[in-house]
Amino acid sequence: MTAQLYLDGVTRSFDGFKAINGLSLSVDKGELRAVIGPNGAGKTTMMDIITGKTRPDGGEVLWNMATDLTRMDEASVANLGIGRKFQKPTVFETHSVEDNIRLALKAPRGVFASLFYRSSVAEEAKVTALLDRIRLTHLRTEQAANLSHGQKQWLEIGMLLAQEPQLLLVDEPAAGMTDAETMETAELLKSIAGERTVIVVEHDMDFVRALDCRVTVLHQGSVLAEGSLDHVSAREDVIEVYLGR
Amino acid sequence: MRKLIDLRMGLFLAALFLVTVLAPVASTLQAGSTFAMPSYLIPLLGKYLCYALLAVALDLCWGYAGILSLGHGAFFALGGYAMGMHLMREIGARGVYANPELPDFMVFLGWDELPWFWYGFSSFPFAAVMALLVPGLLAFVFGWFAFRSRVSGVYLSIITQALTFALLLAFFRNEMGFGGNNGLTDFRDVLGFSLSAPSTRIALFVLTAISLAACLLIAKAITVSKAGKVLVAVRDAESRTRFMGYRVESYSVFVFTVSAMMAGLAGALYVPQVGIINPGEFAPANSIEIVVWVALGGRGTLVGAAIGALVVVALKSWLTATFPDLWLFALGGLFILVTLALPNGLLGLLDRFKPRRAKPAQEATA
Repeated sequence: MTAQLYLDGVTRSFDGFKAINGLSLSVDKGELRAVIGPNGAGKTTMMDIITGKTRPDGGEVLWNMATDLTRMDEASVANLGIGRKFQKPTVFETHSVEDNIRLALKAPRGVFASLFYRSSVAEEAKVTALLDRIRLTHLRTEQAANLSHGQKQWLEIGMLLAQEPQLLLVDEPAAGMTDAETMETAELLKSIAGERTVIVVEHDMDFVRALDCRVTVLHQGSVLAEGSLDHVSAREDVIEVYLGR
Repeated sequence: MRKLIDLRMGLFLAALFLVTVLAPVASTLQAGSTFAMPSYLIPLLGKYLCYALLAVALDLCWGYAGILSLGHGAFFALGGYAMGMHLMREIGARGVYANPELPDFMVFLGWDELPWFWYGFSSFPFAAVMALLVPGLLAFVFGWFAFRSRVSGVYLSIITQALTFALLLAFFRNEMGFGGNNGLTDFRDVLGFSLSAPSTRIALFVLTAISLAACLLIAKAITVSKAGKVLVAVRDAESRTRFMGYRVESYSVFVFTVSAMMAGLAGALYVPQVGIINPGEFAPANSIEIVVWVALGGRGTLVGAAIGALVVVALKSWLTATFPDLWLFALGGLFILVTLALPNGLLGLLDRFKPRRAKPAQEATA
């Protein structure tokens, strides 16, 4: 199995503080991976580096072992097939729910392509199917600003799916959700994995347990431990830096 | 089609059409007749419509893409100068110094040949293209650097203001070759028609009305397209749009350039009707006034921006004639009033008095 995403010895410091310090990570195609770690462990910076928002000071970030992601900007990385969900749900507030999905649908992203774009029947069917999957069909014409926090989280996941990415980077999807919603989100992400690769950054241990997947523990910008949740949570050093708090 | 011409757009275009037909007719009636209108009002109305067009241009980039340009007066003035240069060349040997080759101010400065950048302006089509191309090119280059470096928000506003101020200073200089302080004036005719003839004035007025209608429709077509939705998306959540794979800077440059070209067109139509273009048009206060028009009318409504411009400039004409000292206070007060009490402008005020209509999104399916 070849790695879809491969990070080797990545470093990045901000004003002398090493946010990422020799981080190496390999995620296989179709894998579901949870990344945990205390605040300041470098989780968000890692996502910023993968998605082209932040340039690393050193190290390699490879896509399918071939494409160097460190030289690309956000739009190019996104168009390779890497989708990202933010920690704080970020949707287009003044657009309707369905327009949010429509904008995300996989299609040429150029100005003139968008200017003369007409949506096809197949694309409208995709929008309907996605709205169904994220359970927002009854709100499709509602302004996104009027959704609840949890519904915005789901809408953003829906937008991510609409992009048809090969890799989904999901930052704390369960934040602000009820227990039932959290479990549903875990099920949703599990159903996406396999077909697509999913990396989830999360704090909520129940959620990570529900994901039932390989876990990477970050600490001070590098990998502290990796394995099943039971395996890593049994390790002394992990308990000390993270779980014990 | 229904998306392009909604109720407001339909009403506005209908009103514009009526005025465009009736005003010229009224101006040709015998004085003393009930519906007679003094003919000097025609270029005045034309001037107002140029301002409305300028407001629509700014609303396209501020109201939809969130690019608050405080330098749109510069694009307007550049379009005006392009047209002014052609009108200067049309004067030919009829100037005070009767020099067939050089405009009066160049003779006065003792120049003996036409500067290279005046070449071509004796041709009307060339000047018309330049009136769009020069503002468009400036906006493209300026926008390309600004948006690529991710300059946005208040910083962008400040540098656009600096842009128009820099151009103001440059155009004041005689050595620039644009008539310095006095600008370009004493125009005689355009395409062989005398600018003081009522028929020419009516033609220019009608042309301005058609341009306003066309630009409103173009702007509307952009905003209802998917590209327009991307622009609003950039305004609301720029990084989300980037991570979705849209190249935000391309969209911003595109809308900024289109908007600048519309402003240039407004300037080109303005100059023959007003009869002068001078560096005062680059004054930062002018650009800020455009923002007041759009804010008063309602940003992100296009039609509202045009209405806002018409209301404010009509008010300005009246106040500066009746109470000249009050105008700046009125303008400042208006801005405060809009900011505090009318966040959605006059059109937003209308919305408050009517029951909520079905959301446009519902009709947009399929």
